Amino acid sequence: MLVHVPGPWSPLFGRLTLDSIPYSNPIIIFAFAFSVIAGLLVLVPVVYYRKIGYLFREWLTTVDHKKIGIIYILLGLVMMFRGFVDGMMIRTQQVMADGPHSGGVLGAAHGYLPPEHFDQIYSSHGTLMIIFAVTPILTGLGNIIVPLQIGARDMAFPMMNAISLWLTTVGAMLVMASLFIGDFSTAGWVGLAPLTEVSYSPSVGVDYWLWAIQISSIGTTLNSINMIATIVGMRAPGMRWDRLPIFTWTTLSTNIIGLTSFPILGVALALLGADRYLGTHFFTAGLGGDLMLYTNLFWIWGHPEVYFLVLPAFGIISEVIPTFAEKPLFGYITMVAATFAIAGISWLVWLHHFFTMGAGPYVNTFFSVATMLVGIPTGVKVFNWVFTLYRGRLTFTAPMLWAVGALFLLLIGGVTGMMLAIPAVNYTVHNSVFVIAHFHCMVLLIAYSIFAATGYWFPKVFGFRLDERSGKAFFYTFSLGTAVLFIAMFALGFMGETRRLDYLYNTQWMPALVVEEIGIGFYTLSCYYFAKMLYVSIRDRVKNRVGADAWGTSRTLEWLTHSPVPFYNFAVTPQVNTRDELSWRYANKVADVQPDHFEAFHMPNNTVVPLLIGILGFGFGFGMVWRIWWMAGFSLLAIIAVVIYRSFARDKGYILTAEALAKLESANKPLGVVAETQYLSESNTSHMAEAEAH
Amino acid sequence: MQMNIVKDGKIPPLWHYGHEEHDVIGAKTFGFWLYMLSDALLFAGLFAAYGVLDHTMNAAGGPTESQVVHPIAATWQTFAVLSSVFAYSLATVALKRGNRAGVVLGMLAAIGLGVVFLGLELADFASLFHAGATPFTSGFLSAFFVLIASHGLHMVFGLLWMLVMLVQVLRFGFSTAVVAQLLNLRLFWQFQASVWVCVYVFVYLKGTI
Repeated sequence: MLVHVPGPWSPLFGRLTLDSIPYSNPIIIFAFAFSVIAGLLVLVPVVYYRKIGYLFREWLTTVDHKKIGIIYILLGLVMMFRGFVDGMMIRTQQVMADGPHSGGVLGAAHGYLPPEHFDQIYSSHGTLMIIFAVTPILTGLGNIIVPLQIGARDMAFPMMNAISLWLTTVGAMLVMASLFIGDFSTAGWVGLAPLTEVSYSPSVGVDYWLWAIQISSIGTTLNSINMIATIVGMRAPGMRWDRLPIFTWTTLSTNIIGLTSFPILGVALALLGADRYLGTHFFTAGLGGDLMLYTNLFWIWGHPEVYFLVLPAFGIISEVIPTFAEKPLFGYITMVAATFAIAGISWLVWLHHFFTMGAGPYVNTFFSVATMLVGIPTGVKVFNWVFTLYRGRLTFTAPMLWAVGALFLLLIGGVTGMMLAIPAVNYTVHNSVFVIAHFHCMVLLIAYSIFAATGYWFPKVFGFRLDERSGKAFFYTFSLGTAVLFIAMFALGFMGETRRLDYLYNTQWMPALVVEEIGIGFYTLSCYYFAKMLYVSIRDRVKNRVGADAWGTSRTLEWLTHSPVPFYNFAVTPQVNTRDELSWRYANKVADVQPDHFEAFHMPNNTVVPLLIGILGFGFGFGMVWRIWWMAGFSLLAIIAVVIYRSFARDKGYILTAEALAKLESANKPLGVVAETQYLSESNTSHMAEAEAH
Repeated sequence: MQMNIVKDGKIPPLWHYGHEEHDVIGAKTFGFWLYMLSDALLFAGLFAAYGVLDHTMNAAGGPTESQVVHPIAATWQTFAVLSSVFAYSLATVALKRGNRAGVVLGMLAAIGLGVVFLGLELADFASLFHAGATPFTSGFLSAFFVLIASHGLHMVFGLLWMLVMLVQVLRFGFSTAVVAQLLNLRLFWQFQASVWVCVYVFVYLKGTI
């Protein structure tokens, strides 16, 4: 039954031995020291200022969609930094290992990374950036903004929201653990079959990759259910479908994609897991396995996943541009139609990731045409944004710069994508770094939108604006890095460099490789400006404080409530009268009209259950990776027990009374996501009655 | 901007006062339908994998589809799972009348028939293992066993859920939370039966041809 893996195994520790810890590798020692210092920098102040209780009560056990969103985004940003360091290491290795005369250090024949280590780094770069950086950040943004944009108090299922968060965190923690205990997959972020099979990858690397993605994708699926239920069922009165802000529309479409595509990834990984753990033959080379079955299943998820990421990015651009052009979005209905057209076509194009499979001209033609069709709705979107900009009153704040920058990347990425959609071209440049440069343009467009969104909505969440000066320096250095690195990479693709090379044989590539490394230098500089932006903004937070509408020209509902948003979002649910409600209220000079009285409403209690499920989920994942059966089994049973126990608990939440609300609203304190129960207790707990049983 | 201004100067209401009664059962049912959509896609992936691997080439010289399917036994399984759904439906009818004993009896019958279904499945698996047809023999048999076992695992979770609901009905009666779960469980159970019908048709009946 169970697959025999080489190496020692004990019932207590599974495959885990002291030798599993790569303490002799200086790079990993450095990474470990860096992580420990960064961790201590967070932990020591928390302990010193006795904030552990606060952290536990207000953040780790929270069910508030805004706090959950913030944790998502923080997790994503940390993982993005790690992914960036991986990228930097890949580029540095390639520039050091070009040509037979290139020397080697740290035990490598060329460059400084032996092939085994280099392969792990590009695998973790892709996995981290796509699954654990961009996905959590966009999920977090949706979490924070969508309920505010539709005038809801929370998500449809607040506790499930927290469970999604902690399952995603478990995945990220497993990838982090792989850095210091054992190794990571060497089979790329896509998991090239049959290289991922036990006979070719006997170490725990593939298992880490497999369980990290599997567990976090359960979280993503649950979040998709939650988001769709929220948008469909929790809209404020008057928020008709034709008034829904575009970011909410794109979040809806993206989560429909997520809900329908992540199960396919789950199947692909489960079947691979069955091969690795039980000894079945789904994707093995021989005994009736079919490795292209894996590739197909993976990309049936993988391509919709790309649009899962890019659609919210389009939504962000559609929010930022009208605000800073002081015009309503051009072509609202076509924008919604284009969004759903892209979402629909996303299901029909997966095979363009492997035209060279040899499926024949008819199949390739179908997928080629389907891929080109994507260009039509995307073109509609670009023209809509351009027409919104046209004769607008433009203000080039940092978020606006990111949004406009994203348009250029979309253009380059989109046009090269059209080239790759032609099978004849694809056969030539397949697996070259031309493809890498193309999809980095697309993913960077998402990153640009993320930075636009961060700057745009930061004041909504924290009550003060980010520093413009360092924010713009961040944009310009980052954009220089993008231009310098990826133009050189496009050229290298045409010159014949294939992807995933730890050693390059052609010395003529050297100049372009050096240019790429210069690009990395600009990126590194941009990290400095990002940190400076955060530091300066927090230092000058009093100076940069904003009112409800941080930009003065915002259009949608989230800018109607206080900044930072109080934990109950809206004291009284707004009645929506039109699309772009806030600009309508401005036009009619009623934007400042406050509700004349308050009414009590129901709020959910914080709970430790999601965190507990997360911790047990990590136990399950870690136990499975190292084949510590008792640990995995116990964790799984404990999760089931916790869920059953919770279904018996009668947690009714609490009622926030009208008096408490009046007090909170008139206090004029920096109410917000930062402190919830503190203000509640100040506002006299006697106002809080136990909620009635249903 | 111009077109935004209210013509007669009469501003419509800006705030929605009044307590909104939240439709807990409606929200939970909708959420559960969405979950079922993802579950449907999960089975779609498994069926696709089975469709690809159901080929002589993938049997790798081992037994092929017609040699491993037992359509008569599967017919009995089909009867068991459909009667289990019928028993649960009777429980739902009793729920409508607020008849606690009826709900408990219906669910007990559903659990019993579900156990019969799983027992038949395990017996079928045992006979195949005995004959040397295991999931480790070939890619085709891997797909065959994993597809059916995935459905079986869903059935096990359904039975566990029913046991939990049995205790909750006896303990809490028909509270909102319990009723919401009973309705979702009905969806789940009926869906698993539908998946079994697909398995029966695409694996067992197709295999006999």
